[in-house]
Amino acid sequence: MTRVFVSRDSTALSLGAEQVAQSLQQLADTKGLDIEIVRNGSRGMFWLEPLVEVETSTGRVAYGPVQPEDLATLVEAGFLDGKQHVLSLGNIEEHPFFKYQNRLTFARVGLTDPVNLEDYLAHDGYRGLKNALALQPVDIVKHVTDSGLRGRGGAAFPTGIKWNTVMNAPAEQKYIVCNADEGDSGTFSDRMIMEGDPFVLIEGMTIAGLAVGATQGYIYLRIEYPHAKIALNQAIEAAYQHGYLGENIQGSGKTFHLEVRSGAGAYICGEETSLLESLEGKRGLVRFKPPLPAIVGLFGKPTIVNNVISLASIPVILDKGGEYYRDYGMGRSRGTLPLQLAGNIKHSGLFEAAFGMTLREILYDYGGGSASGRPIRAVQVGGPLGAYLHEGQFDTPLDYEAFAAIACVLGHGGIVVHDDTVNMSEMARYAMEFCVEESCGKCTPCRIGSTRGVEVIDRIVGNEQKQKNTELLRDLCDTMLCGSLCAMGGMTPYPVLSALNHFPEDFGLPTAKA
Amino acid sequence: MQDYQSQKPIVLDILASHRTMPGNLLPILHGIQDTLGYIPPAAVEDIAKDLSLSKAEVHGVISFYHYFRTTPPGKHTIRICRAESCQAMNSKALEQHAKQTLGIDFHQTTTDEQFSLEAVYCLGNCGCSPSITIDDQVHGRVTPEKFDRLVASCKGNKS
Repeated sequence: MTRVFVSRDSTALSLGAEQVAQSLQQLADTKGLDIEIVRNGSRGMFWLEPLVEVETSTGRVAYGPVQPEDLATLVEAGFLDGKQHVLSLGNIEEHPFFKYQNRLTFARVGLTDPVNLEDYLAHDGYRGLKNALALQPVDIVKHVTDSGLRGRGGAAFPTGIKWNTVMNAPAEQKYIVCNADEGDSGTFSDRMIMEGDPFVLIEGMTIAGLAVGATQGYIYLRIEYPHAKIALNQAIEAAYQHGYLGENIQGSGKTFHLEVRSGAGAYICGEETSLLESLEGKRGLVRFKPPLPAIVGLFGKPTIVNNVISLASIPVILDKGGEYYRDYGMGRSRGTLPLQLAGNIKHSGLFEAAFGMTLREILYDYGGGSASGRPIRAVQVGGPLGAYLHEGQFDTPLDYEAFAAIACVLGHGGIVVHDDTVNMSEMARYAMEFCVEESCGKCTPCRIGSTRGVEVIDRIVGNEQKQKNTELLRDLCDTMLCGSLCAMGGMTPYPVLSALNHFPEDFGLPTAKA
Repeated sequence: MQDYQSQKPIVLDILASHRTMPGNLLPILHGIQDTLGYIPPAAVEDIAKDLSLSKAEVHGVISFYHYFRTTPPGKHTIRICRAESCQAMNSKALEQHAKQTLGIDFHQTTTDEQFSLEAVYCLGNCGCSPSITIDDQVHGRVTPEKFDRLVASCKGNKS
């Protein structure tokens, strides 16, 4: 029996992986080939998807991108024995894009069968939970604090401090909420974890529950991710069946229940307080802070709200210790960040690296430059609320503080590349338009400011009192920045102002000084 | 449009099965839309009564979320991503092409009730932009030609 891996990741599926798996099975049935097709996660090298890997006596051998019509020649060439073919890629883990990553959170993604618990256990799964069950809550939190982990959702708040607050908040009921409303364009790391290694998220949430004394967890998942929902529910069911969720986890006397809840297509519900409102069954309106969700969270109880990647980073920290994780990274940005390369980029995909690499390295050395072959002009980092960087800023290291120093954000690690055909006044206008579409409406600067923002940009581009309207746009951005309740209105000025400052010629304004 | 009286038992069943669930309004709305394809405006009263909410509150939740709809969709729902990554790969041209080919704008349904067109902001498929979904299937690197092929294969599928 030869094991053949064909991904079940959304991106692989969107490029035809399902047809490849089905055609391969049909071919195997007709030809009597003794194979087992394993539906794994994605290695994160999307330009090679659908990727097919074959387990041979000398290790895994990869082929890609494979279309159904390639299968006959692959079989003929002897791919089930790892033989050469025009689509041969060798051992994918030796590929330069893969080899130089620091895969801590994504260690198993693409390697294992995502919903097979035995496979998870065979690849170091649940070792973090085992350690956590032998520790006191305060010691679990200490590992997280020592690791230097900061929230990977974008705000970069120290995770250990948040956990400590919830741990010390007295209450008969506490909650762990996973923010799986990854709505930023250019980001897909949450999706890849949930589809490619859902157990690691479940394990991370269970450890969080033990650390703060919470017995109920919710994964608030965006409706745009149907495949993630299927994988999560399959893994949750397996975890319940084998005593990794529910009452008396692994005979410890501890309890943790977990459920997936679907969002309904509102970007604002990625903001933690809107998310809590939505989980409670209401409109996703932002809440005033304080009180913090750590004190008054879901249903009024102390709640940890963490991003998928933050929680999925917990198992390795509890397995290998906080110091092991902290030893990756630079300055106050510790550990690794799964970078997501998207938009007009040749080698699109996921690259998990320790903080500190420069944007230029990731764009050119690993990303291979633009997909169109034209010069890269503007790169938006950190989602639709992140600033646009120009060529002169590409040597900035990927580090929270270094980005903040140039009025940019790392956010969730999404990198969207635009070539020189982009019109940056259109991108600025779109940023305002997106805010109009997605504002929850609770505060005026965000609700009204974004609508006025679209109009003012139209007037600038339409040559109507150019100077006066440019000043007005800056003034409006200042009001939104300082006066909005949350990051939606508060950060929409980032893409707008960066476009205006770095690419004024696209607004018909004098060119910026180099 | 269907008569609500025939849908009412389904709505009441969904309400009953979610009665003890904390924060149950969104799961209830999903349940109704998954079953009926949309949330009939006439269901608002039953939902409000069951959850001891005002009709305005229920209506407010339905209208807040982009995903919920109060009219029946076409046989197939096409969602086109409008976010930055897809824009960087020419999604605007794809949007234009789709609107022109189907003869409808976003949030509309073709007269033969075959297709509804919706905008979506990121499908998490940014590694192979531009992306669309047709029903629950995601498609990447969608050119106008690929779009036409996908639409044609939907029409061929009479089931």
